[in-house]
Amino acid sequence: MNHDEIHELLHAYADGELDLVSAREVEQHLRDCDECRHAEDQIRALHDALIGDAPAYRAPTHLRRNIRAALRREAKETTLSPWLVFATGAAVTLVVLALIFFQTTRTSRENAIVDQIVANHVRSLLATHLVDIGSSDQHTVKPWFDGKIDFAPDVHDFAMSGFPLVGGRLDYLDGKTVVALIYQRNKHPINVFISPATGSSDRASVSSTRRGYNIVSWTQREMNYWAISDLNETELRQFANLLAR
Amino acid sequence: MFRLNDSSRLSEFEREVLPHLDVAYNLARFLMRNDQDAEDVVQEASLRAFRFFENFRGGNSRAWFLQIVRNACFTALKKKRPDEMNILFEEELHGAKTPPMDAGIALDRAQDRQTVRAAIEQLPPEFREAITLRELEGASYKEIADIAGVPIGTVMSRLARARRQLQTILSQPK
Repeated sequence: MNHDEIHELLHAYADGELDLVSAREVEQHLRDCDECRHAEDQIRALHDALIGDAPAYRAPTHLRRNIRAALRREAKETTLSPWLVFATGAAVTLVVLALIFFQTTRTSRENAIVDQIVANHVRSLLATHLVDIGSSDQHTVKPWFDGKIDFAPDVHDFAMSGFPLVGGRLDYLDGKTVVALIYQRNKHPINVFISPATGSSDRASVSSTRRGYNIVSWTQREMNYWAISDLNETELRQFANLLAR
Repeated sequence: MFRLNDSSRLSEFEREVLPHLDVAYNLARFLMRNDQDAEDVVQEASLRAFRFFENFRGGNSRAWFLQIVRNACFTALKKKRPDEMNILFEEELHGAKTPPMDAGIALDRAQDRQTVRAAIEQLPPEFREAITLRELEGASYKEIADIAGVPIGTVMSRLARARRQLQTILSQPK
C-alpha cells in the first residue's frame, strides 16, 4: 500500500478494525512517515479528549421506571384479551398470522444475511484482507482450516475451468465463524462463504443481486453456500455449478 | 394479538433488551439534543421493540434494539427539524473526499464534559450517531453499520469526517 492508501486506513487502524496483515503494514509505514504518525496521534488525542470527562448520558431512573410500567401494561393487555370468546376465530387467525410471520421473518432474515455477505465481500476487498492463507493448492488450503472451525469444507481448485483458487479466510456471518474461499475469474474476485446447516435438506441454487453484486446461494450435504462477485450472473452460475458438483 | 405466554416474553425482553437502555438513551440524547425528546423517543422505541420482539432471533440484541431507537430518532428529527436533515446525504452522494486529520493542531486532551457534549451536538445527526456509538460506546464498525443501515465504508468515512470537524471545534479558543 502507498502513503495515500495508508492514510485512508488510519481511522480503521486506530479503531482496531484492520486485519493483522494490513495493521502490520500500517505500523511499518507509521515508523517512516511523520505526517501519518501525527494524524494517527490526533485521532487518539481526540478520543482521549472525548471520553476523558465521561460525557455519555445515562437513562434517568424515572424513564426506566416508566418503561417497565408501560411494558407491564402492554403485556397484561395482550394476555387479558378475551381470547376464549374468539377462540375459533383466533385459532384460524393465528395459523394465518403464523404463516405470514414465518414467511416474513424468514425473508427478512435471509435478506439480513445477504446484506452481511455483501458487507463481508466489500470489506475483504477494501482492507486488502482477501486471504488468510494464500495458495492455489487445495491440499494446502483445506488443512489450514483444521482446528480453526468445527466443520470441514470441500476445497477444490477449478483453474482448469478458468476459476483458479486464490486462498481461504475465516470470516463472520450471522454471528458465527464461517469459511470463505476465494476464487478468481479473470480480474474478478469471488468470495464463497460456507457454513454448516445441520439437518437442512438440499436447496437448489438461487440467484440475487444486491448493490451491484451477484449472489448465488444453495444448500448441499448440510452446508450453506453463498458465492458473491461483481462477475456477471451467467459466469457466476457456471462457477456455482462446478462447486456444487 | 392473542398470546398466552406474555409474562415469559416480558421477562425475556427485560433480560435481553433492557440492559441496553443506557446506550439507547445516550444515542437518543445526542441525536435529539434535549432530555424530553430523548425520553419520549426511547420510551416509544422500547414499546415498539417489545411488540416486535418475535422478529429478534438471537444474535446481537444491542444492535437490534439500537436500530429501532435510531430509526425512531430520525423519524422524529425529520418531523421536528426537517431543515437539519439531508445536508449529509448530498455530500455522501457526490463522494466528497474525506479530509485528513489536521496534523498541525495540538489538541488539548483535557476537555470538560459540557464542552465535549456541545461539540458533538454541533455535528450533523449521522455524525453524532457515528461518534456516540464509536467513541462513547465502543461499538465496532460492523455494529454501527447494522444500526445505521449503511455499508461499513460509509461508517468509516462518516467517522473520519466527524472526527475532523470535532478536532476543529475543540481546538477553537473558548
